[in-house]
Amino acid sequence: MFAGTITEVSQALRAKRFSSVELTTDVLQRVERAQPVLNAFITIDAEGAIAQARAADNALGRGDAAPLTGIPIAHKDILMTAGLKTTCGSRMLAQFVAPYDAFVVAGLKEAGTVLIGKTNMDEFAMGSSNETSWFGPVRNPWNTDYVPGGSSGGSAAAVAARLLPATTGTDTGGSIRQPAALTGVCGLKPTYGSCSRYGLVAFASSLDQAGPFARTAEDCGLMLNAMCGHDSRDSTSLPRPREDYTRLLRESAPAKSLSGLRIGLPKEYFGEGIDSDVASAMQGALAQFTQLGATMVDVELPSANLSVPVYYVIAPAEASSNLSRFDGVRYGHRAARYDGLTDMYKKTRAEGFGDEVKRRILVGTYVLSHGYYDAYYLKAQQVRRLIADDFTRAYQNCDVIMGPTAPTPAFKLGDKLDDPVQMYLNDMFTIAANLTGAPAISIPCGFDNTGVPIGLQIQGNYFSEANLLRVAHRFQQATDWHLRSPSDFTRHVSREAVTS
Amino acid sequence: MTWEVVIGLETHTQLGTAAKIFSGASTAFGAPPNTQAAAVDLALPGVLPVLNKGAVERAIRFGLAVGGTINARSIFARKNYFYPDLPKGYQISQFEIPIVAGGSLAIVTPQGEKTVHLTRAHLEEDAGKSLHEDFHGMSGIDLNRAGTPLLEIVSEPEMRSAAEAVAYAKTLRGLVRWIGISDGNMQEGSFRCDANVSVRPAGAVTLGTRCEIKNLNSFRFLEKAIDYEVRRQIALIEDGGAVVQETRLYDPDRDETRSMRSKEDAQDYRYFPDPDLPPLIIDDAWIARIRAELPELPAAMKIRWAAQYGLPAYDAAALTASRELAAYFEDAVAAMGNTGSDSAKTLANWVLGEVAAGVNRAEIEMQGVPVSAAQLARLVERIADATISAKMAKEVFDSMWAGEHGGDADAIIAAKGLLQISDAGAIEAIVDEVVKANAAVVADYKAGRVKAFNSLVGQVMKASHGKANPEQVHAALKGRLAR
Repeated sequence: MFAGTITEVSQALRAKRFSSVELTTDVLQRVERAQPVLNAFITIDAEGAIAQARAADNALGRGDAAPLTGIPIAHKDILMTAGLKTTCGSRMLAQFVAPYDAFVVAGLKEAGTVLIGKTNMDEFAMGSSNETSWFGPVRNPWNTDYVPGGSSGGSAAAVAARLLPATTGTDTGGSIRQPAALTGVCGLKPTYGSCSRYGLVAFASSLDQAGPFARTAEDCGLMLNAMCGHDSRDSTSLPRPREDYTRLLRESAPAKSLSGLRIGLPKEYFGEGIDSDVASAMQGALAQFTQLGATMVDVELPSANLSVPVYYVIAPAEASSNLSRFDGVRYGHRAARYDGLTDMYKKTRAEGFGDEVKRRILVGTYVLSHGYYDAYYLKAQQVRRLIADDFTRAYQNCDVIMGPTAPTPAFKLGDKLDDPVQMYLNDMFTIAANLTGAPAISIPCGFDNTGVPIGLQIQGNYFSEANLLRVAHRFQQATDWHLRSPSDFTRHVSREAVTS
Repeated sequence: MTWEVVIGLETHTQLGTAAKIFSGASTAFGAPPNTQAAAVDLALPGVLPVLNKGAVERAIRFGLAVGGTINARSIFARKNYFYPDLPKGYQISQFEIPIVAGGSLAIVTPQGEKTVHLTRAHLEEDAGKSLHEDFHGMSGIDLNRAGTPLLEIVSEPEMRSAAEAVAYAKTLRGLVRWIGISDGNMQEGSFRCDANVSVRPAGAVTLGTRCEIKNLNSFRFLEKAIDYEVRRQIALIEDGGAVVQETRLYDPDRDETRSMRSKEDAQDYRYFPDPDLPPLIIDDAWIARIRAELPELPAAMKIRWAAQYGLPAYDAAALTASRELAAYFEDAVAAMGNTGSDSAKTLANWVLGEVAAGVNRAEIEMQGVPVSAAQLARLVERIADATISAKMAKEVFDSMWAGEHGGDADAIIAAKGLLQISDAGAIEAIVDEVVKANAAVVADYKAGRVKAFNSLVGQVMKASHGKANPEQVHAALKGRLAR
């Protein structure tokens, strides 16, 4: 009963079926128990969580509880949390305690949530399998030989394992949606500028955006309500009034609840390189949407296939500059022994960063170098514009665009670790939304023949989050993919617990 | 061979905003190390820059004052390099599209007037300071200065001597102070120049290879560094060598420039647009509002003064060195009854002479001058109407400066009995006495010794206690001796 969705838990708390402290205690026990198997967490803050749960119980007792009061959550360890370690999954910041709260962290704190801890992630959010973390890989609760996706692998795995109802992630090229798909949960990347980036440790500033993981679209909306809003400390934060992202979910749902919805299907999303189980899951999901009254429209995204190369120029370029501040001078890792300034820089950064981070810093430095800037960085920015134009054109004929979130379901740990390009191609469908800045959500829509989940990506035009959530919600009202939980996982836990 | 010197200046002017350009921390000078460094200045993970509008307004004000173009859309870029006092590992600057393009500055040297064109002016942040002393083999980092707003003003290579470069720098410093965007304090580093210096054979069209001399923080060092560098380059070429493009530092103790790094060592800054800062958009209304707030500029004032008071260009340039000095002069002119060109010129001489000397001697600002503009005007009037002689006026001025008789010139003249004797009868009487008492000198004069005349004038002035009107004494003596 402690493992419900936000909506269920919130009702139970109000009905006094259990207290926030009881709930938090249970969550902490499950988190601790799962940790040796999943490694979903980098920091677990039991003491802080219980204190927050007490405060939540007081608020509940006074009767002035908000929708998220007492809801246990966890933040991806790239979001600054005052007084708690914020490591970015890196040795560089392994001991770094954040002196302030990120905007989204403060928003969820104010909303009354209980922070359980910080989740594991690919180092500095660079990775699609959560294998680049200094703190070790996260395992997929559906099959612990498999990766949970990345870079927000810990946040996705924690929700998938029913450890807690919701977590936060960040999405630079698919880092929320791809792990959501690979672990069978919902993950939403909002429109760029909706969630302030203040306190989100920058990977690629023009692409980074925070967003929620939860089991249902409705829960994603509740989380989003607390995460979005204008922030004068982020110059790219959009000066828009706050909105209620769940406002379209409360309407009563007739049988043909999505009649009038035009779903755009780019042939580029259903072609080569798609796993056959993924392809059939797509067909099943689209059939469901047809039943709900939606119509299918063919759209063209001729430049979409350039998303991955464009991304792997722009994101490393920005990263190479953003990560320059980790130099060992003021905070973070510094080499123990060095001979002079240059040697300190070299040793500190050689020791502090892992291979994938170094690879991207090298690529980024190269594409910004004198004589290469025009051919790479500038060209990539021009193509980025073409890709955005593709989507603008497509949305003249459709309301949402659907396709697989990832070309394949979860893969085994180590399978793609030595082949960066294969790893990068796992984000081929998610990257475009980061390049254009438009919102997109991934929801569970099936399983492959080995029993790991498959995700459906629903993309929309700028600021259409409420509609994306409505579309996802109607689908979830008619299906039960999102209700299925990884039952094997408990056995894994008990078996591991016994053997260890 | 005759050589032509070519100089361009890059000047970093600290903008006088209370807060830094991208954080809320104070920019005040002299605080204990690292007490004025906010999270943004420390480059903590996750922090973001937010542009200070005050810095933008000051840049616009400058652009308008030099007649440049204010770009409707300019871009902040990252200049990437590693240094311990550069916390982010990049400096936020403007690269491809600066806020101000073009513009010009009129300078005046003893050789005449000249217009120096500007290439651009762009906004950027300052770095912190590395302190290499007092840390026993280690370096200290003070980030108080990190993020201080700077306007980098780049001139075309149009100056042809160290004197012109100094005149340009002085005029520029005067202007940024005039329009209130910077205190121009060179000792505190609020106004520092880098000089690009090259030489070429007179008449050559292409430029010679240049060297950049960094961080010249006084006009004297600017002049000496350029002079040294010019001598060095000419000697090098005349000895059959070639100038190597490099950055050099001026050592004032040894009065020479030294190589800091060559072009080959030059870093690749990997400039790219800063994704944390949207393009800076400046609309016409904003520009119009700032234009309306601009004070009358020195260039316009010089033209007006030439027309209104017939003031020579050199005097006008000197009087417009600062807004306070110009206001003092203008107030004094206004307080004078007669504003003919003679009295305006006399007044200018007094302001640039005795007043300026007094300011330097007492090491005070113009606001602290004890003689008000109106009081000085009264004194100059007393010279013009021959109440006192110029020589006496100096004595009166000193009394005014000392605050005697409330600084009132007339009261001091009366009290000291300095009224000039202009009564013809009285003067003739003294002349008569002197001629009678100095028969031998009169004889010398009549024998053709011209010098004897001056001796007699001196005797008359002495007898009148210096108060006789010298011109009248001259005339009366001439007449008396001619009899």
